[in-house]
Amino acid sequence: MATQHSRSAARLMMAPAVVLLLGWMLIPLSMTLFFSFKKYLPLRGDSMANGLEWVGFANYARFVGSSAFWPSVQATLVIVGGVLVITVVLGVLLALLLNQPMWGQGVVRILVIAPFFVMPTVSALVWKNMFMDPTNGLLAYLWKFFGAEPIAWLSQASLPSLIMIVSWQWLPFATLILLTAIQSLDGEQLEAAEMDGAPSIKRFWFIVLPHLSRAITIVILIQTIFLLAIFAEIFVTTGGAFGTKTLSYLIFQRVLESQNVGLGSAGGVYAIILANIVAIFLMRIVGKNLDA
Amino acid sequence: MGQIQLNQVTKSFGDVQVIPPLDLTIEDGEFTVFVGPSGCGKSTLLRLIAGLEDITSGHIAIDGTDATDVPPAKRGLAMVFQSYALYPHMSVRKNIAFPMRMAGIDQAEQDRRIEAAAKALNLTDYLDRRPGQLSGGQRQRVAIGRAIVREPAAFLFDEPLSNLDAALRVGMRLEISEMHERLKTTMIYVTHDQVEAMTMADKIVVLRAGIVEQVGSPLELYQRPGNTFVAGFIGSPKMNLINGPEAAKYNAATIGIRPEHIDISETEGMWQGTVGVSEHLGSDTFFHIQSGLSPEPLTVRASGERKLKYGTEVYLTPQADHLHRFDQNGLRIE
Ligand SMILES: Nc1ncnc2c1ncn2[C@@H]1O[C@H](COP(=O)(O)OP(=O)(O)OP(=O)(O)O)[C@@H](O)[C@H]1O
Ligand SMILES: [Mg+2]
Repeated sequence: MATQHSRSAARLMMAPAVVLLLGWMLIPLSMTLFFSFKKYLPLRGDSMANGLEWVGFANYARFVGSSAFWPSVQATLVIVGGVLVITVVLGVLLALLLNQPMWGQGVVRILVIAPFFVMPTVSALVWKNMFMDPTNGLLAYLWKFFGAEPIAWLSQASLPSLIMIVSWQWLPFATLILLTAIQSLDGEQLEAAEMDGAPSIKRFWFIVLPHLSRAITIVILIQTIFLLAIFAEIFVTTGGAFGTKTLSYLIFQRVLESQNVGLGSAGGVYAIILANIVAIFLMRIVGKNLDA
Repeated sequence: MGQIQLNQVTKSFGDVQVIPPLDLTIEDGEFTVFVGPSGCGKSTLLRLIAGLEDITSGHIAIDGTDATDVPPAKRGLAMVFQSYALYPHMSVRKNIAFPMRMAGIDQAEQDRRIEAAAKALNLTDYLDRRPGQLSGGQRQRVAIGRAIVREPAAFLFDEPLSNLDAALRVGMRLEISEMHERLKTTMIYVTHDQVEAMTMADKIVVLRAGIVEQVGSPLELYQRPGNTFVAGFIGSPKMNLINGPEAAKYNAATIGIRPEHIDISETEGMWQGTVGVSEHLGSDTFFHIQSGLSPEPLTVRASGERKLKYGTEVYLTPQADHLHRFDQNGLRIE
């Protein structure tokens, strides 16, 4: 892409894709913005055809003013943060383990990756009914076996339970990306470090981890995008109760349960702002790994 | 100090024995070169000495103490890898400092050694760069710098120059020899470039399929190769080896004669042949001469001015006192 000519050719060829993507992004975005400034309650007879009433920032004020707003932001951040920490730490450890030559490596790798192919709704239901059910769940049996009182996971420890379920789903993704990154590490570097007198823990810290930093960055960024919007897992487990109402869940409730499109759209704009704050924050911390 | 002794060392990968029982002593301060064709076990042998591979049986002693089960870091050896194996996320300074940092040497001493190494290796201007921003030759020097600062008992080099271009290789060859003269540390150097072996070594170890074929100084190997393998391997262009009735005239199964020890004439001589391709190097000319004596053409060295057309009939005469004789097992006959 060096010459003037090839650069303008490249622009021309990319134009359709750029236009398509912009349209893809801009149309829903501008509709959300549009609705967020309108009173739009379909059940009360508001409709596009009759013209919607302009209400200024009233929807925004009401959304923030609702007692559920700040707890939902907090719940979102706790879930995203918790899942990120668990998947990255366990992902690195699992990737290290899977990279060791061992018997049945192929089968084990497929097993580790399997959860990723289970639909979120299904996996959350499996967790809810098979593991976390306070009377019939496997965890309840385990607790009883040790003579402890079974925990009603999804009500007593709702956020940790949710983090556990979502982490289980995303761990394979993190492991897979980190495993490919580990496999690309030059073995001679490790041998050189070994000769330089670094014991295995220091080899991990000084050689393996820096080598993985770029992959970890990618895992964090991609997962954040998806985790900010998790929905099915909450819907089928707690239904937003017990402090698990995230921002996206709150928006869902506003739009569908209370049939307030205007209020939901204002919430959507807040969600965009939150996502951008988180993204900028993450880019600041880890993004410098991407251009090195 | 850095005397290394291998005693009946063997190495197998699964069922495949790569190194059959091998004895070898490398004296303190010696520059030893392992040469041999690709896949003969040079790298494996070096890695056994380094401790990066476990030996299957036998013993390794460093400075007289048994080091067979000593982990690599404790053997006091430094290795320079063919791929340099620099740490890409660390600056040159940090790369060089890494072994000292692991050894817990204090900062002032670290800085002093880094400065000294950087000065000796012309790296002072590059200390704050990352390896990715350096040329091949500079990376090579960083790898050497990282080895030097440890002040090891011996340096191990695995084909350190094979990724460099020809001109740079000559320069680095001199620098490494220079370094050996200055430090007087034991060095073991693996290569399959026999010019490197001839020019740098105090002692050459010729390996074939894990077996030591001959050990000796470069000139010893060149002038008195112990068998046909060494005769054919050491020297460039290769020694001419002739089997059959012509060799029988000398009471040998095989005779060998180096290109520079054959006189070429257009009028008279012992062997008749036809000039094939000639290679003019300026100082010398190598003629490839087809004769009935051996399947491959014989190589003959003549002065740079000598010109012979393709297809010319010529006569060759070997210089009798430079003729090597070998028996049917390929061993040298004195
Ligand atoms: N990890 C291993 N597992 C099995 N066989 C191996 C292993 N490492 C080396 N070998 C075998 O051992 C033999 C010697 O290998 P080695 O790398 O020592 O050769 P080398 O002399 O260094 O060759 P080159 O000049 O090409 O580097 C080869 O036949 C190779 O296939
Ligand atoms: Mg090798």
